[in-house]
Amino acid sequence: MKCNKCDKPATFHITERVGGKEQWEELHLCEDCAREYLARPTESQDAEAAANALLQHLQIGRTADELAKLDKLACPVCGITFFEFRNHGRLGCPHDYVCFQEQLDHLIANIHGANTHTGKRPRKSSRSVDKQARLIRLRRDLRDAVHKEDYEQASVLRDQIRELETEVT
Amino acid sequence: MKLEELAGKCGEWLRGSGPDSDIVVSSRIRLARNLADYPFIRKCTGLDRAAVEKTLRDRFAQIAAFRDVTYVDVNGLPDVDRQFLVERQLISREHADSDGARGVAIDPTEQFSVMVNEEDHLRIQVMHSGLDLQAAWEQINRIDDLLEEQVTYAFHERLGYLTACPTNVGTGMRVSVMLHLPALVLTGQIEKVFRSLHKISLAVRGLYGEGSQAMGDFYQVSNQITLGKSEAELLQQVGEIAPVLIEYERKARKSLVHERRRELHDRVSRAYGLLCTAQTISSEETMQLLSSVRMGVNLGLIRDVAIPTVNQLFIHTQPAHLQKLRGMELDTADRNIERASYLQEHLKGGSTAEGTEKN
Repeated sequence: MKCNKCDKPATFHITERVGGKEQWEELHLCEDCAREYLARPTESQDAEAAANALLQHLQIGRTADELAKLDKLACPVCGITFFEFRNHGRLGCPHDYVCFQEQLDHLIANIHGANTHTGKRPRKSSRSVDKQARLIRLRRDLRDAVHKEDYEQASVLRDQIRELETEVT
Repeated sequence: MKLEELAGKCGEWLRGSGPDSDIVVSSRIRLARNLADYPFIRKCTGLDRAAVEKTLRDRFAQIAAFRDVTYVDVNGLPDVDRQFLVERQLISREHADSDGARGVAIDPTEQFSVMVNEEDHLRIQVMHSGLDLQAAWEQINRIDDLLEEQVTYAFHERLGYLTACPTNVGTGMRVSVMLHLPALVLTGQIEKVFRSLHKISLAVRGLYGEGSQAMGDFYQVSNQITLGKSEAELLQQVGEIAPVLIEYERKARKSLVHERRRELHDRVSRAYGLLCTAQTISSEETMQLLSSVRMGVNLGLIRDVAIPTVNQLFIHTQPAHLQKLRGMELDTADRNIERASYLQEHLKGGSTAEGTEKN
């Protein structure tokens, strides 16, 4: 039997569950294609599945225009757009959980069937989440200033960052 | 501690000495954590990544209990060394294959490793041999506390520990057990088991975390949900299902011995014979055959070799391990020959008793 992806003989016969239902897909692959296939990180598959589910939910009751507008939403701290997030299933910074809260809450409820953490908490009181978000934003601004060769601004930012860093830690 | 020093040893989780270790190979717990004052990996610049890595490396050095821990710069490693760490389950394949500043802190007994700049800034992992979830949790909880003293984690009042992917938010915890289920595969029941696990929100994956059934009949069962349940509840969720699966496998093995003993004995003996005499053999075939042998030894059908040796062979016949043990790079064809030679050396000629003592 030939490999599904190339012409070599198939030595691997893999059965995969399809899309969460009780349907099964059989793959026949040669040694090399199997190795490649198996090396895909599975957690990214989970994220992709969740992202697809999110997209479907978002499309309900929204026109394409409205969805496009939602997609342009960007996090003020790290700059990631909602579109970027739902394309890759990965968020850009802790603040995203605040600025994309509405959509994320739905996604999270879908994935976990819950929306409140009941487990371990850090011992240290989370000191000023705002300060930490500010730090992320300042570093990003610094990078842009250097990029634009605005070294005066960069210097100002660097001082602000240093000050905040000593405050936060 | 150099990587070469690890090569000759048997990773903690393969010692085959823990509770129910004929079926439960290892128990693993993983925690995902991020620093509060940096973007998640996806939005980190090269400088950010380097800064995160440097910060964490410096902090690790401040922890008294990490005195003997070795930090490995994964980004600077040659491919074969990265592959080596993947084979030993000290880093994930994703960590090996991605780009940018990243590393891993490794405990010399290989009971825990902490990946830096994988999908999250920190991925702490603890592995114990056999079914040992409670002890693994106590260890990882301690490590998490020690790290938390040194840095500030990204944490949300309602959502818990914040992670790059919402599938990990909350506890950030993945609890899993690695099970050897050759009888359930042979009796055609494995898919039924998959489906019933999925119904109770448990994920099943093949060896090394892939979604296949082909790699040596090893399966990893883990929780899918990380938010809304406490760590104790997640431990319970996986901890309760393990004895059930163990019982299924034991029953399936028993029925094989009773109803198909001759066929079973023939199968495991042929597997053993092939491993002892092949002149060239692929790692995939080796896994399949070693899986049969392992079951054969557990059932008392093969007496020439002990479980720790078999466990060790699973690791040492992997591509990067072979090259590290041989001390040179080998292409596939040469590896297949080297593998066959390594197997013969360790399976035949009564090397088992001394072999295990040396370890």
